[in-house]
Amino acid sequence: MSQLITGVAASPGIAIAKAYRLQQSESVPPRKTAGDAGAEKQRLKEAVEAARVDIDRIRERTLEKLGAQKAEIFEAHLFLLDDPDLIDAAMDMIDSDGVDAAYALHEVSSSIVEVLRSMDNELLRERAADVKDVAGRVISKLEGREHSALSELDEETILIANDLTPSDTAQLDLDYVRGFVTEIGSRTSHSAIMARSLELPAVVGAGTAAAGIESGTIVILDAVEGKVIVAPSDSQLQDYQARKREYEDYKLRMQQFVNRPSVTTDGHEVELASNIGGVEDLEKVLANGSDGIGLFRTEFLYMGRSTFPSEEEQFTVYKHVLEKMNGKRVVIRTLDIGGDKELPYLTLPKEANPFLGLRAVRLCLERQDLFRAQLRALLRASAHGKLAIMFPMIAVVSELREAKRILAEERASLESEGVPVSNSLEVGIMIEIPAAALNAEALAKEVDFFSIGTNDLIQYTMAADRMNESVAYLYQPHHPSILRLVNMVIQAAKKHGKWAGMCGEMAGDSAAIPLLLGMGLHEFSMSASSVLPARELVSRLSQQEWAVLAEEALGMDSQQEVLDFVNQQLRSEA
Amino acid sequence: MATGTFTVIHPQGFHARPSKLFVEKASSFPCKVTLHKGSKKANGKSSLGLLTLGIAAGDEITVETEGEQEEQALQELGAMLTKIYEE
Repeated sequence: MSQLITGVAASPGIAIAKAYRLQQSESVPPRKTAGDAGAEKQRLKEAVEAARVDIDRIRERTLEKLGAQKAEIFEAHLFLLDDPDLIDAAMDMIDSDGVDAAYALHEVSSSIVEVLRSMDNELLRERAADVKDVAGRVISKLEGREHSALSELDEETILIANDLTPSDTAQLDLDYVRGFVTEIGSRTSHSAIMARSLELPAVVGAGTAAAGIESGTIVILDAVEGKVIVAPSDSQLQDYQARKREYEDYKLRMQQFVNRPSVTTDGHEVELASNIGGVEDLEKVLANGSDGIGLFRTEFLYMGRSTFPSEEEQFTVYKHVLEKMNGKRVVIRTLDIGGDKELPYLTLPKEANPFLGLRAVRLCLERQDLFRAQLRALLRASAHGKLAIMFPMIAVVSELREAKRILAEERASLESEGVPVSNSLEVGIMIEIPAAALNAEALAKEVDFFSIGTNDLIQYTMAADRMNESVAYLYQPHHPSILRLVNMVIQAAKKHGKWAGMCGEMAGDSAAIPLLLGMGLHEFSMSASSVLPARELVSRLSQQEWAVLAEEALGMDSQQEVLDFVNQQLRSEA
Repeated sequence: MATGTFTVIHPQGFHARPSKLFVEKASSFPCKVTLHKGSKKANGKSSLGLLTLGIAAGDEITVETEGEQEEQALQELGAMLTKIYEE
């Protein structure tokens, strides 16, 4: 009978092969007294040097196979061998307690591992694996054993382990290993990170159930959904063989779109950009070939701390993102805080309706000290790439003028100090309030661009709190009322020679993209993982055809009617 | 003795590469380097010490240097805590 085990999909892919259970008995060196502390310390020193030779060899192999970035893991391991808190501390213990080297090092490293494992931060918890790996290697040398439990494999295998050390993962024989399952670990474990760069399917954190998988049993590893099927039935096997082929075809097809322009069958080019919340999202943005960043939410800079970030700190972050994007446009939204998003160090009066209260640009115009620090950081960063500044929650023209006036003042003050500020800096607004959509013509004259924030626009248009499940049915991005507002914004921008973008969920929705394209939306900003599927879709559509179809959809009565219409059109084109 | 307090902004916190660079820099100074985060403290010349402090973005770290070149060490190490690294 087959058995299903679930875990974390750490590196996507599907594999089917026999399981190979890695024996990882953790031997604890017994406490032994050493007669001659001097000789024992010499033994430890020699073991450290032997471990250094091993690690350096793994580092070189990793450098060849996976590149400099992954090899750094082992540079860090070499570095640990010289850490005063590890080997030196073990030396001290040999002197003070008269114990042998293996016991001393095990004691010292275990207490460090313990401290690291109790950390709140997952990334730091994962570093315990490095300390264990390095100390384990030195102890193995002292005891005259092989450190790695990975024996010679001679057939296609899915590895099952309690956890894979970084050095185990780097040394996997990819001729035979088709994927791995670990009992512990997370998406940020070194083994998970390595699996992703090896493009090796992996499910981690599968729990103790994975310990029961016996070597030789057939296993389906579904690292797309985070599932492991042990001893599958014939029908499950057939099903997964088909899924594996489909997944691999799909991946290949998407991969072809990474470095292509986002262009329709009739030669109309659009921008498919990504939304980010911080610097840590950049890697995914670049890997998915985004045309730019359409929304950088700056709130993260302000959250989880006890004071406001300084102008200097913000400048460093903005400059870094601009440089990383290497000339592609980066739209940075000024602080959208207040309402339901609170900062512990910013006390604001309690409001009855926070979503309708003093938030975003409304708050920034009140608290100009905050606003000016952010604008100065942005202006300074503008010299390092293609920056667009976006003000959120603009309802009326006077708010925009006031924000622009403050921006101009800060620009003048920087320029008088001789600080370079870009001349091609764009300034725009987010359209998320129905009043702004209805008055888009007037606003268009005063901006370089619009970006439609659909999550809030839908909430305000439908008068339905998007967190309230009892009114969730009113979240209808394809409703003709929403489409008409969106269309008004796009047409107003076009009429005044400005570009219109969208940065809500809707921009990555495959049933919305054809209509938005037809209306003439220029920039679509979505989560990075949606960019390639969106580009593939756009490449199959004709802008001129969808201009006509969108016109038709705008005259419909309900969301359902629109969805049926779009889906039918897409099917008939396929 | 010289002390200064700095806010870390590197989004992934201070381990791996940033901590290695920090420890290398700290070790290049003759003075003693101690880091404080809240009630915890660590040897600034040990990457394990830095790790066990669990430094995350937004944390305020007090650097204490004592001995030869303490002022210069404080200045350079403070700058290392307040920048973003390639990872």
